[in-house]
Parts: sequence; structure tokens; C-alpha cells
Amino acid sequence: MADHVHKYKTPMLDELEKGPWPSFVKEIKRAAAKRPMAEGLLGQLERSYKDKQTYWKHGGLVGIQGYGAGIIGRYSALGTEFPEVAAFHTVRINQPAGWFYTSKALRTLCDIWDKHGSGLLNVHGSTGDFVLLGTTSEKLEDCFTDYSNAGWDLGGSSSDMRTPSCCNGMARCEFACFDTMALCHDLTMTYQDELHRPAFPYKFKIKIAGCPNDCVASIARSDLSIMGTWKDEIRIDQAECQAYIKAGMDIVAEITGMCPTACMTWDGKTMKINNHECNRCMHCINFMPKALRHGKETGATILVGGKAPILEGAQLASVVVPFMPMKAPFSEIKEFIQKLWDVWGENGNNRERIGEFMLRVGVGNFMESIGEAPNPNMVMHPRENPYIFYEEYFEEE
Amino acid sequence: MAAAKRETDIGPPHYEQFLHPVIKKNYGTWKYHETLKPGVMVHVAESGDKIFTVRAASPRLVSTDFIRDLASLADKHCEGHLRFTSRNNCEFMTGEQKNIDPLIADLAKLGIPVGGLNNSISNIVHTQGWVHCHTPATDASGVVKVLMDDLIDYFTHEKLPAKLRVALACCLNMCGAVHCSDIAVLGIHRRPPKVNNARVTDLCEIPTTVSSCPTAAIRPAMVDGKQTVTVDESRCMYCGNCYTSCPAMPLANPINDGVSIWVGGKVSNARSMPMFSKLAIPYLPNNPPRWPEVTDAVRKLVEVYAKHAIKHERFGEWANRIGWPRFFELTGLEFTKYHIDDYKLAQKTLRSTAQIKF
Repeated sequence: MADHVHKYKTPMLDELEKGPWPSFVKEIKRAAAKRPMAEGLLGQLERSYKDKQTYWKHGGLVGIQGYGAGIIGRYSALGTEFPEVAAFHTVRINQPAGWFYTSKALRTLCDIWDKHGSGLLNVHGSTGDFVLLGTTSEKLEDCFTDYSNAGWDLGGSSSDMRTPSCCNGMARCEFACFDTMALCHDLTMTYQDELHRPAFPYKFKIKIAGCPNDCVASIARSDLSIMGTWKDEIRIDQAECQAYIKAGMDIVAEITGMCPTACMTWDGKTMKINNHECNRCMHCINFMPKALRHGKETGATILVGGKAPILEGAQLASVVVPFMPMKAPFSEIKEFIQKLWDVWGENGNNRERIGEFMLRVGVGNFMESIGEAPNPNMVMHPRENPYIFYEEYFEEE
Repeated sequence: MAAAKRETDIGPPHYEQFLHPVIKKNYGTWKYHETLKPGVMVHVAESGDKIFTVRAASPRLVSTDFIRDLASLADKHCEGHLRFTSRNNCEFMTGEQKNIDPLIADLAKLGIPVGGLNNSISNIVHTQGWVHCHTPATDASGVVKVLMDDLIDYFTHEKLPAKLRVALACCLNMCGAVHCSDIAVLGIHRRPPKVNNARVTDLCEIPTTVSSCPTAAIRPAMVDGKQTVTVDESRCMYCGNCYTSCPAMPLANPINDGVSIWVGGKVSNARSMPMFSKLAIPYLPNNPPRWPEVTDAVRKLVEVYAKHAIKHERFGEWANRIGWPRFFELTGLEFTKYHIDDYKLAQKTLRSTAQIKF
């Protein structure tokens, strides 16, 4: 690599090869030593750094036969100057649940990408996909064929169900209240058509977290957040509580004193928890995992409508079903998803996320349309304004 | 040439084939975990089996050779197994504790630091920026690189009161969903789109373009006998949604684009409920290649938080406890007109109380 002479001079980007954090510029140069497309990217990116603006044009319609999603067209505004990146499309490969790989699988993914693309990638994209950056329209079919024959498939894009993603759940976490990876894989396989052929008003993201720590940010980043929880009692190992004390923990200051519902006490000998008042926040379990474990009657809280600002402002997903059992074959959550899609698919406006749709029609009306009874867990507090649209009233006889 | 044979809708490979044997055997029966040192943890199963994890950094935008480097380390030290986290870290997993230090030494040879667990700054989640997007107001990978160069001690050590999650999105679309981060760097446009009247007719559908605007600032218009649109500039909040519908309305403006800084968001439910990030700094200039104004501002925010928050308190919990007026006092940041919300439901963010600290 050291011997390779790059086609474009990049004095500004070269500054980003310095410093202790791994450098993406070094990575682009590694790819550029073998493939002209990455070389072109260096040239165009240096221009962006000089001019302080992007030179990528709006995406175009490109895709794979039989698919309506998974490829994002990308063209350069400086195609004559940097012909290597005149077309530089993205391919989204559906990641395995929990982002687990073997070295062999990663090498296969890389070998195919070196054959058909720039040799550059994001591991992973924001939605969860294994994201390949930079190929041309002509190469797409052959590229996809190689991936498909190796056992991989495309992820979502556009107005479809986006690639579901999940935390590592029961594979390597004692906090997991259900099998997130089994559910993620099941939903992905069940809804291949919805994933690959956009037919919704807008995008629909599903993220699955095994507990209320929400390591996949499902409440902020997904239209449907499935978050593990439990109904029964936190399991306490009193001897392990003592062990934490011996290791230097101040249980009153750090644990019981920080409990948001003040439902637990520590008298120096015994940990007591009033589970009826516990709101499943996870603080005590997070910091005393050897002593405290979530209950055994587990399932998930279902929240709907999270999204980033465009259009109507950012929203966190909000509670629709406080508790739903979450065991294979996952029939109840699938029925629920189908109801969401039926109501929103039928009545949602173009480019209207389900969270915006809920607010437009009224969350009470929305709950009614999907058959969910009103529940005080759905709101921070009851309404404060008196503008009630009464549906029941008396007529004079 | 006839199209090669292939199937559609096979879906991703089943995850089970990628699991380390210790994980497969103890799936769903993990009992607890402990941190052995920064970036290294052990999970212990009911069976007594242990799986050791080493969390390593990644620049997210990588070459296939970088992935091959990781694969080789997984072969050498981890029985061929690894995974990635939601913050783009690479996690190596091994059943043998003796593999940990040689693995960390090999990672160091490649210039890859280990850390990002517990009370640290983990990898910064981010978007594409100038590398590969059509609406960015700043670069993503570059800003993240200079921030992590500056903050790397907070990645490799656990010296903060609680975890501190930093995110960057290069425009309001927020592919990186930064709106619930402890510290968010958000690219911002500050001028309305420029309508290229000659091209609107060919490139854009007028009704879709008009309806794309959340503030109804876009109206149909006729210019030189051609259908186009006009923008009421006083109503535009530079979201870029019209540009995504209509490529003839570019928003990029090199002398005005820049970044804003937001603080105090979180997604976990621990102690307090999930919260949005709040505006700390409305505008900092794009100053590539190393954005010194941005790294200075973020470092200052980190240091003030680290000095004043109590153990386990996230950034937003600290700011809420002391009150936002005190936050501005401690950080020395200017509180401006821009900090007062003027969009929908803004009234909910006003302080209606005489409880004031002096």
C-alpha cells in the first residue's frame, strides 16, 4: 500500500490520517490501492472538504430484478471530473440477527464486494444492514446473484418495512427477557415481501430490545419498538448483595437511593423490594447483576411511533400494549403488526410515518381502530384541555 | 448473456450458524457479567461456562481489508467468532481468558483501541456526510474522527460518572437518530433552498413538492411560462424535505452550513425515562479538516459534566437536577433566542414557576 501512488492529491484528508482513533481516510486509501472507485471517492471527498459542501446528487431509480428495495442509487455531481464515482450506488445486505458473524462469513461478504464494488463498506448502517458503498448499475445484478448464491439477501429501503434489527439478547446477555434474535429473524423471514417491495405510505422500522436498557435505541429509532420486560418479582440473592458491599459498593447511595420509585430498601443486611411499585427501570439490576435478576414471567412492552424530526418533529415511540407475551411462534405480535399495517396502510398519507398518523387521527381513535382498549400506561397524564370530541350524547325524544 | 440463476427472498442466513460454541451451549441461560478491565467483560452462565468479550473500535467506514484484519484476529484468538454492536464497535468473543491480552496486543499493532464499555464514551454513531449523501450540512466521518481523536482517553478508560453516548447526524433527517443522545452533533442548513426554475418542470412533481413542506412555505408558481414553485423564506426551517422530493431545490450553502450541539438525551429507561436532547449551541462553523470549534465545544461539555454529575447520573439527569439555568452558568455557554422553542407545542417547554435559583 505504501508504494501505491494515489491519482488525486488529498492534503486536507491526509490530516485525518493523523491521531489515535482509527482513520476512515486510511481505509479509503487501502481500498483505493486496489480499486479505482475508491480512488475517485478520495478525489471527490477532498473537493468537498475544500468547498465545504457535498457533491452527491439526489438518488436515481436503480435496483435488482424482482426487488423494489435494497439498492439506493447515488450519482456524483462531478462525474466528468471524477469518472470513477460517476455512479456509486449503495447495496444493503440484510445482517444476521444480533450482528454475529464468523470470520469465514465475513470473508465471503468481502470477496464478493471486492469483485463487484468499491471495496468500501459500513459495518453497519443505522438501520442495521451490512452496507456496501459504491457500485455501478451494470454490476448490480451479478453482484446480487453472487450474494444470493452465498446465502445472503437484500435489506429494505424506501417506503417498506426496513430491515428489522435487535440486540444480542439471550445469546450473550443475562438481562434479555425474551429471545430477541429469534423474533428478529422470524419477523424478517415472515415479511420478506414487505421488506423487499415497498407498498407502505412511508418507511416502517422495527427494533427489538431484550430489556428496558434498549441497547438498540428502539424507542427513539423505530416505528415499532418491542422492548423486553417482566411482570413478577425481581429475584434477589442476599448473599451476593453482601458481596457487593464487601467489594466497596454503597448500596444506599448508589442503588436504593437512586431507585426512581423508592420501592426498595437496604438495612445493611437485607434487600427488600416492593415489586408492585417497581417500574422496571433496570437501574438496580444493571449495577448488581450478580445479586438482582429480572422476574420469570417475561414478555415485552410494545411502543409505536418513534422517529427522527422530518416531518412533524422528532417523536419517541409511546406505549400501545403494556405487556405482551413474546414466545415462538410469535403469533400475537404478528397479528398486532398486521393490524398496524392495515390501518396505517389504508389511511396514512404519502410520506406520513405511523407516529405522525397516530397524532393526526387522534391516538384514542387510533387505538380504537387497532382494537386496543385505552390504558393509563399510554399517557404521561390524562388530557389537560377540555376540547373533548364526545361521541355519546342524549337526543330529546 | 442469460441472467444467472438466483432466488429472491431467501432472507438473511440464520444467526445460529454464527454463534460461538460457548454461546450456543449457554443460550438464554446467562447468569451475570463482570467487567475485567476497560473494554473487556466476562459473561458467566448457569452452567459455570464463561464467554469473554473484547470490545474494539472501528471507524465504521472501512475497507474490505479492515474486515479481513478483524477476521484474522478472530481466527487467531477467538475461534473464528466476532460480532458488531449497535454503535459500530467490533466485539471479539472467546471461551479462553488467556486469549484476551494477546488479542489486545494484536489490535494495538493495527492501531485499534479497546474500550467503550460502562462509564466511557463509546464509539460515535454517525451518518454518511460528504462521503455519500445528497443533503448533508457537514461531513460525518471526519467530524467523528477528530472528536474521537480528542476524546480517546474517555473511550479507553471508564472515568465518567455514567455512560456518555455521542452521536452525529449530518442533517435534520437524522439517519443517525441523534435526538436522544447525551451529546449530539447535528449538521444544520441555515438558508432556504434555491429553486432552479428551469429544471423544476423536468425533475419534480409540483403537488408532491408543495406537500413535502411541513410549514407550508412552498407554493406552486409560473415563471417564464413554466410551472415551478416559490419558497416563502420567512417560513422555511431548512429541513431539506423538499429537496428530497425535488432535486431542483438544492439546499447546500457552504458559507452558512455548519453544526449545532445538543445535550442530555437518553434512550435507556434506567432511573429516568428516555429523553430528547436539548439545544446547547445553535451554530458552529464547518472548519474542515479538523473542526477545532466542534472538538473544543464537545470536550468542554464532557469535562463540565464529568466534574459536576454524581455517580450513575447521565448528562440529562444531571442537567435536570441542577436546572438548565445552572447548566448554562456552569458551561459558560451563551443562552440565546434560538434556545427558546418556537415550533409546535413550544409552550410545553417554557418554565411556568417562580422556583428560581439565584
